[in-house]
Amino acid sequence: MEKIMMKGNEALAEGAIRAGCRFFAGYPITPQNEVPEYMSRRMPEVDGVFLQAESEVSAINMVYGAGGAGCRAMTSSSSPGISLKQEGISYIACAQVPCVIVNVARGGPGLGGLTSSQADYFQATKGGGHGDYRLIVFSPGTVQEMVDLIGLAFDKADEYRNPAMILSDAIMGQMMEPVVLPEMRDLQQINKPWATTGMKNRGQNLINSLGLLPEDLVRINQELQEKYKRIEANEVRYAVEDVDDADLVLVAYGTSSRIARSAMGLARKEGKKVGLLRPITLWPFPKQPLADLAAAGKRFLVVEMSVGQMVEDVILAVNDRSKVDFFGVPNGAVPTVRQVYNRIMEIL
Amino acid sequence: MTHEIICAGFGGQGVMLIGQLIAYAGMVEGKNVSWVPSYGPEMRGGTANCSVVVSDEPVGSPVISEPNGVIAMNQPSLERFLPVVKPGGVLVYNSSLITMKETRDDLHIIAVPANELATELGNSKVSNLVALGAFLQKTNVVTADGIEKALEKVLPPHRHKLIPLNLEALRKGMALV
Amino acid sequence: MQKVFERPKALSDKKMHYCPGCTHGIVHRLVAEAIDHFGLQEKTIGVAPVGCAVLAYEYFNLDFQEAAHGRAPAVATGIKRVLPESVVFTYQGDGDLASIGLAEIVHAATRGEKITVIFINNAIYGMTGGQMAPTTLPGQKTTTSPYGRDTSRVGFPIRVCELLNTLDGPAYLARVSMHDPKNVLQAGKAIKKAFQVQLEGKGFSLVEVLSSCPTNWGMTPNQALKWVEEKMVPYYPLGVFRTPEEVSSCDA
Ligand SMILES: Cc1ncc(C[n+]2csc(CCOP(=O)(O)OP(=O)(O)O)c2C)c(N)n1
Ligand code: SF4
Repeated sequence: MEKIMMKGNEALAEGAIRAGCRFFAGYPITPQNEVPEYMSRRMPEVDGVFLQAESEVSAINMVYGAGGAGCRAMTSSSSPGISLKQEGISYIACAQVPCVIVNVARGGPGLGGLTSSQADYFQATKGGGHGDYRLIVFSPGTVQEMVDLIGLAFDKADEYRNPAMILSDAIMGQMMEPVVLPEMRDLQQINKPWATTGMKNRGQNLINSLGLLPEDLVRINQELQEKYKRIEANEVRYAVEDVDDADLVLVAYGTSSRIARSAMGLARKEGKKVGLLRPITLWPFPKQPLADLAAAGKRFLVVEMSVGQMVEDVILAVNDRSKVDFFGVPNGAVPTVRQVYNRIMEIL
Repeated sequence: MTHEIICAGFGGQGVMLIGQLIAYAGMVEGKNVSWVPSYGPEMRGGTANCSVVVSDEPVGSPVISEPNGVIAMNQPSLERFLPVVKPGGVLVYNSSLITMKETRDDLHIIAVPANELATELGNSKVSNLVALGAFLQKTNVVTADGIEKALEKVLPPHRHKLIPLNLEALRKGMALV
Repeated sequence: MQKVFERPKALSDKKMHYCPGCTHGIVHRLVAEAIDHFGLQEKTIGVAPVGCAVLAYEYFNLDFQEAAHGRAPAVATGIKRVLPESVVFTYQGDGDLASIGLAEIVHAATRGEKITVIFINNAIYGMTGGQMAPTTLPGQKTTTSPYGRDTSRVGFPIRVCELLNTLDGPAYLARVSMHDPKNVLQAGKAIKKAFQVQLEGKGFSLVEVLSSCPTNWGMTPNQALKWVEEKMVPYYPLGVFRTPEEVSSCDA
């Protein structure tokens, strides 16, 4: 297959189209503008729908409708816009509508700035809107993974009837790397008997998030929680590098995993035994692999482009079996390889 | 070997383009590569830069803070990046627009009158490729053939007629070193 | 004789970041002149939008609040209701006001909120790099309508003054243009009038200003002004849509 150089955002958009996405609704916001702009050119070529909604609130609800009607549907935005989508995402999670939400995160809080950020981790992995729900959250570490994970996100969203999120960031979105694009997927294979397509030869289908009777709401939540357990059991994804002999394991995702990786390289040159664990799914979180490494006596250094969010999940997973250190930077700053390296050298 | 290169200059000087050409050529030549633009406040101020990594190993951080190669096309870029180049690194600067106030003796510093040389070719816009030529001649990150292939990919088809001029500029820069 | 280029007190001396030929700067000046005219610097609170004018608070020498995208009329409502003696204005682009913030502007208008809204209609999203706006003209190419705005797929532009004119709440609604000096003068008068309506407690006032975005239209500043005159003015007719009878005439 031919390798081409693509920007993260554009690779993601093309990956979505090839995975069968035929409905996109979005709204301009930097640094994700390449996604809707790409879709506005590309969707008409594949008989798909591109809509610039009047707001992020509207865009996510368009996705609710299109996803509930059985189409592979997606929206993208960046942090402030993702905050606006939270109401819709909560409804979508409860109504079990498969769809994909992309966050090309930027610095916050508030209007914040345009620099890269990982400060939306809590929002992405702990629900984000109201109620007990989860998204399946993927974190691409390369432009190739933008393509691969968006395809997987659509598949898992359909398989579990659950919204999936790609948590990317400004650097991942703007970066160019070589990618190999997959073949265009055949859309006819996806069967969605629950979709609201009209009551031809069947009873009523309902896309709904209301549980007015207490027992109904309990049943809805139990169903969701059982599903989340299945997802936690089956869908954890992560990558490890050089952990076997390591004394210290760096834990980082997305852009910070790339920085951590370079710092690890520098430290290894100095004879320090450093490894890397990179969560690819942020929810479900790779708890067990971390617990196993802790049990094997490894220490951890969590590296994030925030003042510390994922570190809490690492601490929970390690559960006092080993020591967890943290290196982070406030939004607006991007950690340098040297800073992470220095932190490693302090610890070892 | 890992080349970590920053190309910097005014918006409009084509620094993003030469960065992409290096990355694309690196890919064509079988290397691992990445390219990231910098953006943020400095974009409004008129100075833009991009980080390019070309490596035999998988690329770690795509964002570079300690480059071993820099192409600086304007004064603010030189001032920003001269202090951070790794000892032994290569710095090519556009002497048409830059006066060196301070220097470093632990670097290979190459002055390229890129605007003048480009104007000699009849198009001041290719000053970026002149500077790139000098940089590649010194560093061998990628070959001129690689750049030729990259131009075909990176330039949109309606600008392919400019490829010969760009290659001429590249060679002019190479001849300088 | 009055010096023409004297900086209004309500404008700061910061260098504006707007692109060459952008009309945001002129509108800022007109707003500042109106505030100076009525001597309002000490009682005015501005609300900045999310758009190219996001840094308006740097250029106006006035108290300011910065609002979330589209929410300026709601923020202004909060300020005005607790400080009824103050003068409150929002300064919003067409994405901010007519897209994401349409609910807020319609409801502020229909409540007859005693605020002034300066609405910059430049037919595009400037700050984010030239995407389609609710005011983008049919057929106009933008980065999210690369084949030209196709009204059969994405519908038609919104004429904000006409839309708000269906409501009983607004007191003053006018559309002006920046395309030549005569119209700029006219715009200045309309903006003064809008503040006067607020000062006299008459109700909600809004001035829609047809503006240029040479950068994202891909034009020179002069071409852009010509485009405003030839393309925008016919679609967005200029004039006063609503005015309270009994506002005392201001000498502007
Ligand atoms: C919730 C949210 N969505 C999107 C954005 C991104 N954004 C910044 S400015 C802007 C609109 C700019 O257009 P307009 O209001 O027409 O003003 P102009 O820049 O043209 O003056 C948008 C969508 C944001 N900051 N917040
Ligand atoms: S992008 Fe357009 S609206 Fe924004 S400052 Fe430039 S010309 Fe003005």
